Amino acid sequence: MAKIKLSEDKINKIKEICSAFGNKPSEVINVLHKVQGEFGYLPAELQDLIAQEMKVSAAHVYGIVTFYSFFTMTPKGEHPISVCMGTACYVRGAEKVLDEFKRELKIGVGETTPDGKFSLNCLRCVGACGLAPVVLIGEKVYGRLTPDGVKDIINEYR
Amino acid sequence: MEMINIIIDNKPVQAEKGKTILKIAREIGIDIPTLCYYELDGVNLENRPGGCRVCVVEIEGRRNLAPACATEATEGMNIKTHSLRVVNARRTVVELILSDHPADCLVCSKSGKCELQSLAQRLGIREIPYQGAQSTYRKDMSPAIIRDIDKCIMCRRCETVCNVWQTVGALSAINRGFEAVVATAYEQDLVKSPCTYCGQCIAACPVGALSEVDQTRQVITAISDPTKTVIVQTAPAVRVALGEEFGMEPGTIVTGKMAAVLRTIGFDYVFDTDFAADLTIMEEGTELLQRISKFMAGDKTVKLPILTSCCPGWVNFFEYNYPDMLDVPSTAKSPMQMFGAVAKNYWAEKLGIKREDMVVVSIMPCVAKKFECQRDEFKVDSNPDVDFALTTRELAELVRQFNIDFNAIEEQDFDQPLGESTGASVIFGATGGVIEAATRTAYELFTGKKLDKVDFTELRGLEGIRSATVDFDGTPINIGIAHGLANARQLLDQVREGKTNFHAIEVMACPGGCIGGAGQPFHHGNFDIIRKRHEAIYREDAGKPIRKSHENPFIQALYKDWLGEPCGELSHHLLHTHYFDKSKHIEIEG
Ligand code: SF4
Ligand code: SF4
Ligand code: SF4
Ligand code: FES
Repeated sequence: MAKIKLSEDKINKIKEICSAFGNKPSEVINVLHKVQGEFGYLPAELQDLIAQEMKVSAAHVYGIVTFYSFFTMTPKGEHPISVCMGTACYVRGAEKVLDEFKRELKIGVGETTPDGKFSLNCLRCVGACGLAPVVLIGEKVYGRLTPDGVKDIINEYR
Repeated sequence: MEMINIIIDNKPVQAEKGKTILKIAREIGIDIPTLCYYELDGVNLENRPGGCRVCVVEIEGRRNLAPACATEATEGMNIKTHSLRVVNARRTVVELILSDHPADCLVCSKSGKCELQSLAQRLGIREIPYQGAQSTYRKDMSPAIIRDIDKCIMCRRCETVCNVWQTVGALSAINRGFEAVVATAYEQDLVKSPCTYCGQCIAACPVGALSEVDQTRQVITAISDPTKTVIVQTAPAVRVALGEEFGMEPGTIVTGKMAAVLRTIGFDYVFDTDFAADLTIMEEGTELLQRISKFMAGDKTVKLPILTSCCPGWVNFFEYNYPDMLDVPSTAKSPMQMFGAVAKNYWAEKLGIKREDMVVVSIMPCVAKKFECQRDEFKVDSNPDVDFALTTRELAELVRQFNIDFNAIEEQDFDQPLGESTGASVIFGATGGVIEAATRTAYELFTGKKLDKVDFTELRGLEGIRSATVDFDGTPINIGIAHGLANARQLLDQVREGKTNFHAIEVMACPGGCIGGAGQPFHHGNFDIIRKRHEAIYREDAGKPIRKSHENPFIQALYKDWLGEPCGELSHHLLHTHYFDKSKHIEIEG
């Protein structure tokens, strides 16, 4: 017997979400959206519980989680960094800025630094094209960023 | 039945409405190549994702080529299956698949039997123009199955088999685009998944992404070691399929040739799992009768129906999915494990050798047997009762390695005493066979009367779920049969809810039973091959002079000499087992 341990709160919350969707296999994707909204990410144990409640296999749940880039299995960092990849930002060098973040933090897109401080993601246009290229750290907006400026900004949070 | 008129490759054809272009073309002998499409028509299993586009055809008046496997023919369609445009498109499709495929053909286990390889040959591809980056996944070695997912072409056949036919759900498509493959949850090793090792995903895989663990080397090493006595046993289903590997018609019975090649390869004793199947009937049949008599005497603790326990894929399945019902299946070990226990105790003692100096090899139609023989409860001081379980395909490989002319070799007999068997044991190889064999013996033991007719045809067939009531001289005995774990699950759910009145249920994991096992020669979805093996099993039974397990003189002698009585003390110790809860439990932490 393989045992999976979860806190009572988590178990109850997830069961609640699953039953709100009628525990129907076809609703797994919506359940995943809700659960990720609630807990920020979808670790294996939560997927196991969702699978059990929705009467599908864990492999099936994992298949959905890996198919949509929106879902993530790693927790967001304390300071989630989002680099805008909308057209305006992209043409003004957002990719170079993103590469600099990757280099500086030694993580890829969708990953979190081992100390849990930073996570890195891409966004579609955030509607601040006048400031392109734009980066969000938490709620704060940084505009007209160049690769050179990346290190200083990270140091603000270190 | 409504008919439509269409034209395929300039031939006017009348066809049934609702059929796909692929099926109609096949019926009139036009071979449209396919890759992702997989069908086992005898058990209504179909994988039709329409994804690979190898089967594209040109339909007059349509701009795009259409996949034949997923397109229904409609009235008046004019179809070209091999026009210039089709041939070019098909070639491009295959070239693209090859560009993300490791060129491992030289050492790939599937080489020569690979559908992608033969497609590339058929389309005359001599180089791969689109050299792209290759995806890299870790190789996963389980006790029975190797997953080499870099070779996965995303046909999703294995996913369909594992989810639809088996309802195991170990596999699913993951990731997207270029990275897409079929894998386990969290890409963990198969051993951490609910996999039963039935191997039907291997049987379905067109390429070498899934294969069984090859143990032919270890077996050759054992035979070469002069200090070891190497014993071989052969399962019932192997003798009706092995010939296919050497170009014989499916359904050819090659029992005598098989015994001869095993002796030529150098096994010291060539015995038969069928002998142990007769022994299984003695034990399981007795257990059934004991449960029924107790039940009829009003004992409420007794569990009915009894479930057969010969199939290790099925055993793994109920350990994972029905942990609340572990006392329902028979405790009898499978014939292979009974044989191992008899060999390493009784026969080793007769020969005056230590169990460590005896190596027991089994030839099985089965992949799950590789896992079964490694179970801890089947070992004594870490020495297993059965050391290696080879598949039918691995035996064929040995025959080729030793350059034995299978077609020419003269038939030989098994060695005695563990080589004698009855017709009842042969039918273990087909769905319904174990329970028919048990019925032949249980009937006579229960009623004290001789059967006029040993053929219980009502228990035979290839329907997924079957049931019949056999009259035990006034006592009706209700029997259920399922092959495929989805079908087994249906029956088991009913049992769990107390909704059935079965006395006994037989389950086998593979389509048609062990004759359709995953270790058998590849059938590539041609169910007629399984049908022919099925007929052959019953032909072999009918040709046997003795057809009831309890009449096997060597079984009678074994009880007299050594075991005492069925379900007696020594039997319990050596021939019965117990089951484990392998489910996943989600618990509150703290
Ligand atoms: S061996 Fe059977 S249970 Fe395991 S993954 Fe393959 S099909 Fe599924
Ligand atoms: S592992 Fe084999 S059967 Fe499964 S999707 Fe890949 S190629 Fe197809
Ligand atoms: S049906 Fe036969 S071949 Fe298939 S898993 Fe069971 S024992 Fe093995
Ligand atoms: S065989 Fe028809 S799309 Fe793959």
